[in-house]
Amino acid sequence: MDNEYYEPGGGNIADAGHQYARQIGRTRVVGQKERRVDARPLVTGAPVYAAEYEQPNMLHARILHSPHAHANILHIDTSKANALPGVRAVLTHEDLPRVAHSTAGQPYPETSPYDAYLLDRRVRYVGDWVAFVAADTPAIAEEALSMIAVEYEVLPAVFDPLEAMREGAPQLHDPDTTHPISGQHFGDIYDAAHNLAAHEEIHHGDFAATMREADIVVEGEYRVPFISHAVLEPHVCVAYLDGYDRLIVVSSTQVPYHTRRQLAAVLQLPISRIRVVKPRVGGGFGSKQEMVLEPVAAALALNTRQPVRIEYSRQEEFTAGRFRHPMIIRMRSGVKRDGTLLALSMHSIGNAGAYGTHSFTVTRSTGHKTLCLYRAKAYAFRADAAYTNLPITGAMRGYGAPQGFFALESHIDEIAHRLNMDPLEFRRKNHVQKGDWDPMEMVEEDGVWRSKRQFRSCGLPQCLERGSAAFGWGKPFDRGDGKPFRRGRGMATAMQGSGVASFELGGASIKLNEDGSFNVMTGATDIGQGSDTILAQIAAEALGVDMGKIIMHSVDTDSSVFDYGSYASSTTYISGGGVKVAADRVRKQVLDVAGDLLDCSPEDMSIVDSVIYTPRGPSHLTVADIASETLYGKHRQQIMAKGDFWTDDSPAPFFAQFVEVEVDTETGRVRVTRAVNALDLGKAINPTLASGQVEGAVAMALGYALSEEVKFDEQGRVRNAGFADYKVMSTLDMPEMTTILIEDTEYSGPFGAKSAGEVPTNGMAPAVANAIQDALGVRIRSLPITPEKILQALDEL
Amino acid sequence: MPELEIVLTVNGRAVRWHLEPGETLLEALHAHHLKGTKLICGTGDCCGCGVMLNGNSINACCMLAAQAEDGDLLTVEGLAQNGKLHPIQEAFAQEGAAQCGYCTPGFIMRAYAFLQEHPHPDEAEVRAALAGNICRCTGYVKPVAAVLRAAELMQEQ
Ligand code: FES
Ligand code: FES
Repeated sequence: MDNEYYEPGGGNIADAGHQYARQIGRTRVVGQKERRVDARPLVTGAPVYAAEYEQPNMLHARILHSPHAHANILHIDTSKANALPGVRAVLTHEDLPRVAHSTAGQPYPETSPYDAYLLDRRVRYVGDWVAFVAADTPAIAEEALSMIAVEYEVLPAVFDPLEAMREGAPQLHDPDTTHPISGQHFGDIYDAAHNLAAHEEIHHGDFAATMREADIVVEGEYRVPFISHAVLEPHVCVAYLDGYDRLIVVSSTQVPYHTRRQLAAVLQLPISRIRVVKPRVGGGFGSKQEMVLEPVAAALALNTRQPVRIEYSRQEEFTAGRFRHPMIIRMRSGVKRDGTLLALSMHSIGNAGAYGTHSFTVTRSTGHKTLCLYRAKAYAFRADAAYTNLPITGAMRGYGAPQGFFALESHIDEIAHRLNMDPLEFRRKNHVQKGDWDPMEMVEEDGVWRSKRQFRSCGLPQCLERGSAAFGWGKPFDRGDGKPFRRGRGMATAMQGSGVASFELGGASIKLNEDGSFNVMTGATDIGQGSDTILAQIAAEALGVDMGKIIMHSVDTDSSVFDYGSYASSTTYISGGGVKVAADRVRKQVLDVAGDLLDCSPEDMSIVDSVIYTPRGPSHLTVADIASETLYGKHRQQIMAKGDFWTDDSPAPFFAQFVEVEVDTETGRVRVTRAVNALDLGKAINPTLASGQVEGAVAMALGYALSEEVKFDEQGRVRNAGFADYKVMSTLDMPEMTTILIEDTEYSGPFGAKSAGEVPTNGMAPAVANAIQDALGVRIRSLPITPEKILQALDEL
Repeated sequence: MPELEIVLTVNGRAVRWHLEPGETLLEALHAHHLKGTKLICGTGDCCGCGVMLNGNSINACCMLAAQAEDGDLLTVEGLAQNGKLHPIQEAFAQEGAAQCGYCTPGFIMRAYAFLQEHPHPDEAEVRAALAGNICRCTGYVKPVAAVLRAAELMQEQ
């Protein structure tokens, strides 16, 4: 099962002649399968998560959720609940400041509409928040919920995005009451009257004219479902006032700094009074790129002046958490008979749910992150995100790209079939090449259009070559006789970014201790992907020490450098870039002192395994000696530096997915029996962690392909709120898997690295649909590909 | 007023627990600051709360604490001895089988039960043994490899 290929120092290092190349080519810690820095607490069950945080006299909070998809709250009577012994606070919209905001964990000003209030007079989905309770025990808090009497005026609801955009549909948000904080020009809803949370168009070239040159026009409509992150540690946090009357929030979050800022706005407190602490996080996948429970615990803690803990139940995660946008995506493209792609278009309609958090950027990414995978003369992309009375869709691993790539990579396969071309050959002929400019990133300057983004590294050809060879693409295989199995093979390709171009800041500060160890205080957010380990390896490599000398600190907004958080595949590239800057500065400080002691120029010196080297070889000095000299000797100072990183760039990792499926033609059941995953990530800082990212992403994408969907009844209630009915992949569903890591060095990244976390989420669903077409000759254009859909398609044959 | 008091052995130590009515074994563990055993679904659907009770692998979220009366309970906190990791823990650390780690105690406890019965498992047996354990991070490749590695480490001992 564990089949993993990794060749260190591959890629384009040899031919680059780049000044950085030598350094990248000979690393001692980077590129090693170092053990995770947090391995011990994770395997011993140490209490390191927010869920396990305790305070004396801690209260337990619960939320009253709306039973209606759309309703006005006419009256709330909390007197009975308040009178229950052990209840310490009951809060409704009447008790809280009414501050329009977005919960999206994005830099200020957020690109999401300011359409949310901590509690509102109106509820917009089944599960929306009505009231908060804090009590001595969870049981008392729950009992109190049942004693709150709410009088609702039920309003007509809409669940389908196409209906929601129609004239006369129930309108979810009133633009008069959803204005942003006065005077700000951001935070507007795109078109509240038509329930449009967001809209985007990107054009490049003359699409209509180019389509007229096409020999063949191919069209298709694809649908992707409403799915849950199904993150294993639910949203959870503890808030309390410390002895200085500051608000401390210990939270399972991907975005501590954005949360601090948003908490300040919503609770109308100065930022200086708030401290957000992130312990270990039990998974995020985008569900925690949001302020969710933090203001609930904080408002109750401020009200009661006692510590308050709140944790979503599994039921609440599935009804009132965050989800992936379902979409309807229409593709229309023109090709030449020789297989040259001429024009590519996509129109996606996303379901934003009740609030537009991340809607603009996710629906935009559906085309923006995907269409640039192919060269064409013209592109047309349009995206709409409609409000509906369903739970909130937001950020999820891949961020619009898994939706877009299901449509694009199914569509490309359909084009290849129409041309009678091998889909791999079609892709080879048309995919983006190193040195190309991104057609989705055009900007006009002085009347001239130019692209902001160049693909300076691109290992896609190697992904295709090594992936197809390992898979045996084009080789004969047992196709089955249909009694009952048929087998088929499919593939897909994908790309992503590394951070959000121009919208990132991350890094660390590093401090030398007297034994030659270093504290690395990073603002980056390890949510399980292993960024603390990756950043420790980058620091160790740049400092010339081994991993045992690095002590990692998780984010605490009082002491770590500012960092936008963990999302958009940014931690290695952005925060790692900042860590490298900090470590280079600290190394220079160490060598300056060593140079003085050894009478040698610091530029000619280096540190290897904590030993100071001069051009003559190892000296008698170690980093610990320099530490001692600076803390107690003549060169007295604290050796310490910070480093941060931001860029207009977002280099693309590339991915190729190959799969073989086995379809039971009697039951309609599809099993993926074999998968080859080939990823170009620039540089595998830690090959074990990198392949772990790929395997996990591919498994998640397999659930997207075959089984996962949150289902609703006619009233908008979730019908499958639990792991019994919402099926995520198990060990038995997993194919035999081979992961290939390819390193096409990205010179702007730390030690050549780009990113790995999201891009492998993009290939599995279209590859499975393409393999089913190969096996059965039917095209399934909607996810998940359930047995019912297969049987229906076979019936229609 | 606590309604019930039980005595049992937890990770080799005799303890006396006061229980709330209807308290599950998982809630009782958490109330006594043993939080390594995770609450993930609370409905018996993920095996994230796996512990050993009287030598049997059970889900602590689905059992009343009162039923553990006089029992011998082993949780993930009881595996390491004098600070030295148990071979299963060592294997999970070596193989990078814990990403976010939230599922990990459940996997480790399930593997503990399984390896007692099957000291020389093959991959298919390991996959079958872990079929009820949900992990959202790893795609199961490394946890399965870790259990196979743990079997080797336990042989070497
Ligand atoms: S938490 Fe007990 S089985 Fe999921
Ligand atoms: S490691 Fe995160 S759920 Fe398994």
